[in-house]
Amino acid sequence: MLSDPVLQIRNLSVEFSARKRTIRALRNIDLDIPRGGTVGVVGESGCGKSTLILSIMRLLAPNSKIVSGDIVFEDRSLFELTEREMQSVRGNEISMIFQDPLTSLNPVISVGQQLIDVQYRDSVAKKVKQQRAIDALSQVGIPDAEARLSSFPHQFSGGMRQRIAIAMTMIEEPILLIADEPTTALDATLEVQIIRELKELQKQSRCSILFVSHHLGVVADLCDYVVVMYAGEIVEQGPVRDLFYNVRHPYAQKLLECDPARIVRSAEKKFPTIPGDLPDLGNLPGGCIFSNRCHSAFDKCETHSPRRTEVSTGHSVSCHLY
Amino acid sequence: MLVYVLKRIGLALVIIILAVTLLYLMIHAVPGDPATVMLGPRATPELIAQLHQRMGLDKPLPVQIISFFGRVLSGDLGTDVFQEKPVAGIIISVVPYTLILVGAGIAWSLALGIPLGVFSALRPDSWIDKVAGILSVAFIAMPAFVVGLYALLLFAVTLGWFPVIGGGEGFAGQLHHLVLPAFTVGLGWVGYLARIVRASMLEVLAENHVRHARAHGLPQRVVHYQYVLRIAILPAVTIVGIGIGAMLSGVVFAEIIFARPGLGKLIFVAVQQRNFPLIMGTVLVTTTLFVVATTLSDIVNALLDPRIRERL
Repeated sequence: MLSDPVLQIRNLSVEFSARKRTIRALRNIDLDIPRGGTVGVVGESGCGKSTLILSIMRLLAPNSKIVSGDIVFEDRSLFELTEREMQSVRGNEISMIFQDPLTSLNPVISVGQQLIDVQYRDSVAKKVKQQRAIDALSQVGIPDAEARLSSFPHQFSGGMRQRIAIAMTMIEEPILLIADEPTTALDATLEVQIIRELKELQKQSRCSILFVSHHLGVVADLCDYVVVMYAGEIVEQGPVRDLFYNVRHPYAQKLLECDPARIVRSAEKKFPTIPGDLPDLGNLPGGCIFSNRCHSAFDKCETHSPRRTEVSTGHSVSCHLY
Repeated sequence: MLVYVLKRIGLALVIIILAVTLLYLMIHAVPGDPATVMLGPRATPELIAQLHQRMGLDKPLPVQIISFFGRVLSGDLGTDVFQEKPVAGIIISVVPYTLILVGAGIAWSLALGIPLGVFSALRPDSWIDKVAGILSVAFIAMPAFVVGLYALLLFAVTLGWFPVIGGGEGFAGQLHHLVLPAFTVGLGWVGYLARIVRASMLEVLAENHVRHARAHGLPQRVVHYQYVLRIAILPAVTIVGIGIGAMLSGVVFAEIIFARPGLGKLIFVAVQQRNFPLIMGTVLVTTTLFVVATTLSDIVNALLDPRIRERL
């Protein structure tokens, strides 16, 4: 697909067992993250975005199972690493920013200590680690950084806490940064600022970013490659301009139509919705996963799963229409 | 932090004053005149009146209460009219026994209960967790006097490893005499602490910040013992604070079974005799110790959790 990827996901399938049912959360995911590039993952809630991220971090809940596939990061299969080796990948080579800044920092440990703790593997003096913490905090725009090292998370606002989380990843200088809806819990003005911090971080460290979001506008702004997920599968992926202007998959088309920015500009000002519900991942129907909600479904869609077809360079779609 | 400590101590003083006042009133509401009880059925009204005057019972209640507090502040808890000895002296002679017993009971239950809870929480539903769970509930369910009696029968009478009764002489002797009572007092607490620590540890492990810490590569050891346990231990600290207070008078079974001197036994005897000065004195001391214990546990919690410092 792309040359020199940092991370390659091949044929990844993940299942959960819950109350004697098997939930097929991810099915046959193929995804490359190019070096220095930014890949956006979009899709509605429950489509498997978080499962995908946690599979990469190998932080899936104990009731989940990787059924097939592999994730190769810098020429190493992450699934073959021992837990100890994986610990040195996390927060070092792959770093992560979570959705809810209000709950992602430890409430009883000072911010300074948490920023020092993420440098656990570094054998430099504590003074150096502390200085890095101060530098990172000032860089993400926390005033009076040195004095605030002894503050605790609850003494900061939500936006500040997300900046602290970004400061952590800055210190870690990762090769790959995974951001799981980093702005969903924040208001719109903060969103702009946080995105700016992320861009700044990427410019400095030249890391790759896997950016998960509901917000298509932000994805269009930040990412150069977009992946659209639906019910545990990738239905369409491609370069950002190509995908937004030449969207192919009926689900991806509907998703773009639901973007508030388009609705405001349109004459009707009526909020479009995608009729129907996500299929039951514990009891998947045959054929195309989207066929029950698709406006252009035909006979074949109900019986045969579509294969991935490349429609233009780097732009592929899984739909019988193409 | 200092502000929190001062506020907490102020609150503790208010609680002690209220509790003691309430107790004074309650004891006087109970039927049965202490003077009559002490002097027997054939006492003349003059003798009763004389004793009333000596004990200060002829004055109005508020005056009695205020003068009681006044005397307490000067270290005088009154005179035990049965033994004709100062109450403060009697109490001071037995308090160390109770404190040592409670301290030893809590110490060994902490030393065993917390690791057991942590161990279970880190391996939920393993066979070790299940065995620990069953044992914990059994420990909690067993009344202290049953544990005490069986411990006495098995280890002191049958096996003869430990002395049957008494407080012991000298350091080694006292330690030897302490083992069985401390075992009796602490066993239920092992179960409590293990259950509480397990439950709160599991709760904290499911919180978002734990996954966040793991995602930043922190090793299990740091995550479990610095990031999780520090929060999970908070309810256990609170329970221990209350538990120490409850044990101060609750160790009465252990003290009676093992015939140890102590506060619990003193209260027991004093109540039987309607020995007002002694009851008031012992209750005042246990109440104070109770409040001190809960205050200390609150301060420990405030040290562990910065959010608590800002409350109150």
